[in-house]
Amino acid sequence: MKTRRDVFQAIADPTRRAILLLLASQAMTAGAIASNFDTARPTVSKHLQILTECELLKQEQNGREVHYQLNPDKMKAVDDFLAPFRKMWDDRFNKLESLMKSYKNKK
Amino acid sequence: MEQKTKIIAEDGKQELIITREFDLPVELLFKAYDKAELVEQWMGTKVLKLENKKHGSYVYETSHNGNVVFRAHGTIHEFVHNQKIIRTFEMENMPIGAQLEFLEFEKLTADTSKLTIQIIYRSEQHRAEQLKLPFSYGINMAHNKLQEILNEFK
Repeated sequence: MKTRRDVFQAIADPTRRAILLLLASQAMTAGAIASNFDTARPTVSKHLQILTECELLKQEQNGREVHYQLNPDKMKAVDDFLAPFRKMWDDRFNKLESLMKSYKNKK
Repeated sequence: MEQKTKIIAEDGKQELIITREFDLPVELLFKAYDKAELVEQWMGTKVLKLENKKHGSYVYETSHNGNVVFRAHGTIHEFVHNQKIIRTFEMENMPIGAQLEFLEFEKLTADTSKLTIQIIYRSEQHRAEQLKLPFSYGINMAHNKLQEILNEFK
């Protein structure tokens, strides 16, 4: 029986997040993706299957090869897509806050 | 730890809203934007020019190992102490283009304040490029990490 997958379950796994990061720059074959990880090839295939089922990835037939690529529409739907951007600003503002606190104490 | 910074990016819009509350009096929060030597410290970039006044302009530049990796500039349209800054901002050599920024500084209590930044992009696509940016930095970092690991095997 196939279980229903949701995107949040999909991105909860660090390997799957790493796969999404890899594919953000270019479409790749399953073999090329797997060569970036120490895990066994079937494990990577399983991750790809989950990411495809919840539509974060799209498959594209390219001659005899199947390339995986990000589905940007679905990625946008995931609030977590904003997370790196929010983190960048949060880190910056945390720095500002601690900097100005010490600035105040110096006065 | 929970992040205090909120980002609102509504679908179908070409703007972003960033809000953040600070454990700082509004005067100190504003000063962090006003003084070049402070901007340098919290933004982590060199400030080549910062004329915080109406019709003034500014230039930021960051170098890494002698190479310029980030350069941004803009002009100031309005600069009201402890209240607001209206300015343009553009990162050079990026597909994001010029953006218009409204920064509002608000006093909450004597010791706390709130900053609201509204950023308007040329189009929704330009906004998307901006949101992708830290994501791509993440990829570069992942690649660098990979390279480091590979180098160890040599």
